[in-house]
Amino acid sequence: MSARVAMDTATPLVGGTGETGTIPGAQELTIGVVQFPGSLDERDAMRAVTLSGAQAVALWHGSESLFGVDAVILPGGFSYGDYLRCGAIARFAPLMTAVVDAAKGGMPVLGICNGFQVLCESHLLPGALIRNDHQKFVCRDQDLVIENAETAWTRDFAAGQTITIPLKNGEGGFVADTPTLDRLEGEGRVIARYHELNPNGSQRDIAGITNEAGNVVGLMPHPEHAVEAGFGTDSALGMRAGVDGQPFFTSVLTSLLQK
Amino acid sequence: MKETVEFAAQSPDVEQPYAELGLKKDEYQQIKEVLGRRPTSAELAMYSVMWSEHCSYKSSKVHLRKFGENVTDEMKENLLVGIGENAGVVDIGDGWAVTFKVESHNSPSYVEPYQGAATGVGGIVRDIISMGARPVAVMDQLRFGAIDHPDTARVLPGVVGGISGYGNSLGLPNIGGETVFDSSYQGNPLVNALAVGVMRHEHIRLANASGTGNKVVLFGARTGGDGIGGASILASESFDDSKPSKRPAVQVGDPFAEKVLIECCLELFRAGTVEGIQDLGAAGISCATSELASNGDGGMHVNLEEVLLRDPTLTPEEILMSESQERMMAVVRPDKLDEFLAITDKWEVEASVLGEVTDTGRLVIEWQGDIIVDVPPRSVAHDGPVYDRPMSRPSWTEATRANTVDAAGLAKPATDDELRQTVLDLAASPNLCAKDWITSQFDRYVQGNTALAFPDDAGVIRVDEETGRGIALATDANGRFSYLDPALGAQLALAEAHRNIVTAGARPLAVTDCLNFGSPEDPEIMWQFAQTVEGLSSACVDFGIPVTGGNVSMYNQTGTTAIHPTPVVGVLGVFDDVLRATPSGWRSPGQTIYLLGTTQDELDGSAWADVVHGHLGGVPPQYRPEDEKLLGEILINASRDGMIDAAHDLSEGGLAQALVESALRWGTGARIWVTELLERDGIDLFTALYSESTARAIVAVPRSEEVRFSDMCTARGIPFVRIGMTDVGDDEHPNALEFVDHFSIGLEELAAAHQGTLPRQFG
Repeated sequence: MSARVAMDTATPLVGGTGETGTIPGAQELTIGVVQFPGSLDERDAMRAVTLSGAQAVALWHGSESLFGVDAVILPGGFSYGDYLRCGAIARFAPLMTAVVDAAKGGMPVLGICNGFQVLCESHLLPGALIRNDHQKFVCRDQDLVIENAETAWTRDFAAGQTITIPLKNGEGGFVADTPTLDRLEGEGRVIARYHELNPNGSQRDIAGITNEAGNVVGLMPHPEHAVEAGFGTDSALGMRAGVDGQPFFTSVLTSLLQK
Repeated sequence: MKETVEFAAQSPDVEQPYAELGLKKDEYQQIKEVLGRRPTSAELAMYSVMWSEHCSYKSSKVHLRKFGENVTDEMKENLLVGIGENAGVVDIGDGWAVTFKVESHNSPSYVEPYQGAATGVGGIVRDIISMGARPVAVMDQLRFGAIDHPDTARVLPGVVGGISGYGNSLGLPNIGGETVFDSSYQGNPLVNALAVGVMRHEHIRLANASGTGNKVVLFGARTGGDGIGGASILASESFDDSKPSKRPAVQVGDPFAEKVLIECCLELFRAGTVEGIQDLGAAGISCATSELASNGDGGMHVNLEEVLLRDPTLTPEEILMSESQERMMAVVRPDKLDEFLAITDKWEVEASVLGEVTDTGRLVIEWQGDIIVDVPPRSVAHDGPVYDRPMSRPSWTEATRANTVDAAGLAKPATDDELRQTVLDLAASPNLCAKDWITSQFDRYVQGNTALAFPDDAGVIRVDEETGRGIALATDANGRFSYLDPALGAQLALAEAHRNIVTAGARPLAVTDCLNFGSPEDPEIMWQFAQTVEGLSSACVDFGIPVTGGNVSMYNQTGTTAIHPTPVVGVLGVFDDVLRATPSGWRSPGQTIYLLGTTQDELDGSAWADVVHGHLGGVPPQYRPEDEKLLGEILINASRDGMIDAAHDLSEGGLAQALVESALRWGTGARIWVTELLERDGIDLFTALYSESTARAIVAVPRSEEVRFSDMCTARGIPFVRIGMTDVGDDEHPNALEFVDHFSIGLEELAAAHQGTLPRQFG
């Protein structure tokens, strides 16, 4: 099965503007976005990559090769319907073996929402995501505080910066045992916390975490939905003008180009 | 003895349960005449579901023809595919086509709210895929009984959960809709679902089976025992406590299977492997085979044993009637079959070849070596019974219309304090309060093309990422107005949906409708229906936009109590660039607020009469299509030329409610002065605030654009009056909605009233 088959499914609605971004050399970089059956936000993630100036490559879950991409994004959605446990089946996709190996070798990997759940199920990140404490799906513009601006995916932020990006999940409550939570906090591995309102009952308001090396990041809210003025969150600049998600996608390019 | 065609011919006197299957005696006779013998049990199953009200439109057909008859050249201009296909297709320019449709899933959603609502979304989305389109958005039009009725607490959370659980899993943004509470829907809630899809012109697919020798392929989920006779039987009978529970008849949805099916179908289309395609909805395989065959060369031979089953004990009759979800039927050229199956394999979608297209003019179905169905497909799919049912104007009409707000002597707020309290009460009332409790359970962001969504007047979706070309959608229905005057109610529903589209700044192009009514066997209901179609089709001509597709839902009644006639009307509009879409809320202080249009004393049937007095009588507001179109020109131009920062249409709750919503959208208040308006229109403050006169909107104009905007209004001759200024307050004045010289309400107090209602009721 060719990994590039899924690229066809991304047209014609993806990545229209063709802007090349401002980071010199970024257009040489390729970021793979994995499509599992039931993935929903893969085209949005690819658009975010394109808008940041790199090339987006659709990767099919059934493939065993990453086709030489420089980084990988596991997008949001309901892989395999999330019927057993979110991410529990996707973690066994053939491509995930390659993703786990590459992540352990230092390749930047970002898991958004369902992708975060897959990373936890794959044991690339600790903890788990459980049903929202209020038992309902929630979609809202969510304020976050960036706590760690040194990971491969957050270095273009400033620590302590408050951003607003969409959040939409039914099972977004981050949980771990107390020693794990203490270790995550002690090692500065909480990359973002919910600000003012905890939308899903996550322990210690955790919205995203990273691994020890800082190359693997899991994030429950959706930065890929806040990268384009007119289609992002409402902001002081105007209706849907919020593009606070963009630095996640430029951060990884900065990281890769500095290698 | 096996129920074969041969046996049926030899045994004319076998008693058949046609009545239990919902067929009338003369309908059963008609089947016998068509076949020249009694039907087999499998044929009886097929005819019974396909001739049900739900599938055959037998009571509504004679009236629905009006939509086709009243079509002008202007209306046809953008129409690529009209009524009759799974959904109509409209040209939006630059080679893009849009297909959209609204459909009901009322009865199943009452019996089993979660699954009923979920599969309602699934069904309408498959309709859209069947046209070759990629679905890009959904909306839901919901009607429940009284907000505090115990059964509403059962139905509403289930329905919202079903739409959320199913729709969100499909990756389709939910961009708008309606939620209305009225005791007339107690026991008969309405769950309508709208879906919209986009495609390039050359990718339009139609439901027909052409080309003798082409293969008939069933793919998607396996066929099970769920929903046997479901939609068809359920939707064709009213609820009656004396019959056993119908719970097992409701289909169970699997959104993951649907999502995979969507992607699989789109890849099949792109690869050019599909000649014709049909989704399986109500009446399952009966419907798909007969409709495909009847629209094509007229013949099909199918072996029912090839159907992949979830439950191997199903009888052929049950297989034909099963309404298992997430299934599609395609017609595939033999030389394309391998490629077709490779794609379904890639998506891990099961597929089986059931048979092939023939030139016999007969739909023949085989089971274990015997022929169990041999019918002319048109007789099943299209040439069913048609009834011109008796109609009579309800006897209560005159008395109800005479019972106006004035005749009933309804007390109006006499002081500024009372008026202030009225504003708060209306803002908090079930039908005017914030619907965030519901809409925050829907994903409005997925696909990254949503430019506008609830609570704005229309949902707006970008179609072309290069140019920003896109669409706007809005739906409306006012059952109270339709109860008072069904023809006028339908006209007003279209006028309001049209107004919502132009308020967002889009140019209206086409209409879809879902006509929800009580029993057609009641002449008074039938009169309401005929009046509604009359009103709606004439309004389409007035606005120059055609109905491209829709749905009729009858039998929404319990005993002799029917719902208010509820014609849900959806209007589709087009934008050259969706970034021009106008929001409903104010963002910046210091902008001038204008009221466009004029206000008459029109309070009959209003939200105020409902909320404060529980009163429904009199005559609905006047329908003014010419004024609406002029208003549309102004709002579209203002949007395109960047003259306004916000616009909000006036409808339920009048000017007061529009001001409340624009202020609360982003927390920017306003100072409102009405003297000029009251003098010009000769009305009092209360009437100015709560009259529901049509063809009106408020706009917020930045200082720099005031001259240009007022010049345009003057030149075009639209009545406009300055009524206030946006304002966020200062150290001495709170951020408030202030009616100068009368009263003021702080935005915090207003927001608490507006946003508290649904969370208080549903947790």
